[in-house]
Amino acid sequence: MNKLRIIYNGLVVENPTFVLLLGMCPTLGTTGSAMNGMSMGLATMGVLICSNIVISAIKSLVPDKVRIPAFIVVIATFVTLLQMMMQAYLPELNASLGLFIPLIVVNCIVLGRAEAFASRHSVVDSAFDGIGIGLGFTVALTLLGAVREILGTGCVFGLQVYPETYGSLVFVLAPGAFIALGFLVALFNYIRNRS
Amino acid sequence: MKKLASTLPNMILSLGVITIIASALLAWANSVTAEPIAEAAKQTRVDAIKDVLPAFDNDPLAKAVELNVTGDGNAPFIVYPAYEGDKFVGAAVEGYTLNGFSGEVKVMYGFDAAGVVHGYQVLSHAETPGLGAKMNEWFRMEEGNRSVIDKDPAQVNMTVAKDGGAIDAITAATISSRAFLSALRDCYQAFMTYKNDHSNE
Repeated sequence: MNKLRIIYNGLVVENPTFVLLLGMCPTLGTTGSAMNGMSMGLATMGVLICSNIVISAIKSLVPDKVRIPAFIVVIATFVTLLQMMMQAYLPELNASLGLFIPLIVVNCIVLGRAEAFASRHSVVDSAFDGIGIGLGFTVALTLLGAVREILGTGCVFGLQVYPETYGSLVFVLAPGAFIALGFLVALFNYIRNRS
Repeated sequence: MKKLASTLPNMILSLGVITIIASALLAWANSVTAEPIAEAAKQTRVDAIKDVLPAFDNDPLAKAVELNVTGDGNAPFIVYPAYEGDKFVGAAVEGYTLNGFSGEVKVMYGFDAAGVVHGYQVLSHAETPGLGAKMNEWFRMEEGNRSVIDKDPAQVNMTVAKDGGAIDAITAATISSRAFLSALRDCYQAFMTYKNDHSNE
């Protein structure tokens, strides 16, 4: 399979957030600001690439009946590694993403790609699938975070665009996450269907 | 390569090997990161102490004292005394209140040697963004009676104006403000207890 095609597939055709609507928990929970959304997306992408590679490499050594526990152990190992590294070297980011980092373990995108893609394709293809899907997730989270941040506080990535008093608080809170996500999904699918 | 059949020995072997490799990897990572993690936690604390206190040159963590202030059986408050040479310049008090709008609010206050509030840091909270979450900025603003900085809790009534106090509550977040100020009063009490216990040193 063409490598670019795999990345395009993850980014657009099967975008995990806008098309598959997977991994909604971190999507809604961490996108209070563009920076948090992007960090969460990149963290998930890192885990996804590593777990895809390893799972693809060991796929023929894992009997079918125990493949799910085996995949989960692999994913949990990478997530724990990531969390330790973040606690040690990026304590502030770790504090702001909090519980959502360990929750990557149960993110259905990661296990979903392991099951649907990595366990059937070559190591290299799986790595590219991790990059594609990870990019799709990162772009979606960054976009959602930016929209919520700009409507809620008048900032993007902490840069003030208009005075904070005109922002509407609802977009920083959970209901605003649903509203913003709904409109972004609609917009994304409108553009996707036209092209 | 042909896929391994799902026989019992195969399954046990496969899962066993995977978990052993995973735990070995994690044990290694844990040993590598344990020190930086402790270091980072300590650094956050030291930065907060430096921020809320006048200049000092000792290690406040070394002489930290735990005090039970609220008496509700929860974790104690921690007093970090600061000295410049032999002179007591004040102390940072790490305290908390459980009465925030969304549960626990952890704070650190700095008092100078006379007991005047020198600075504060909200260490962690779960207050509403845009409302109660403003507490880390609000209580140091100049406008009206918002600021608690440079005020002596022995003379200024540290409660919100609504309750007859001398501090303006955060707009639309009176509960968060009450919690913040009650933590301040408790920390002040911890500070005075510490000071009285150590007055002849």
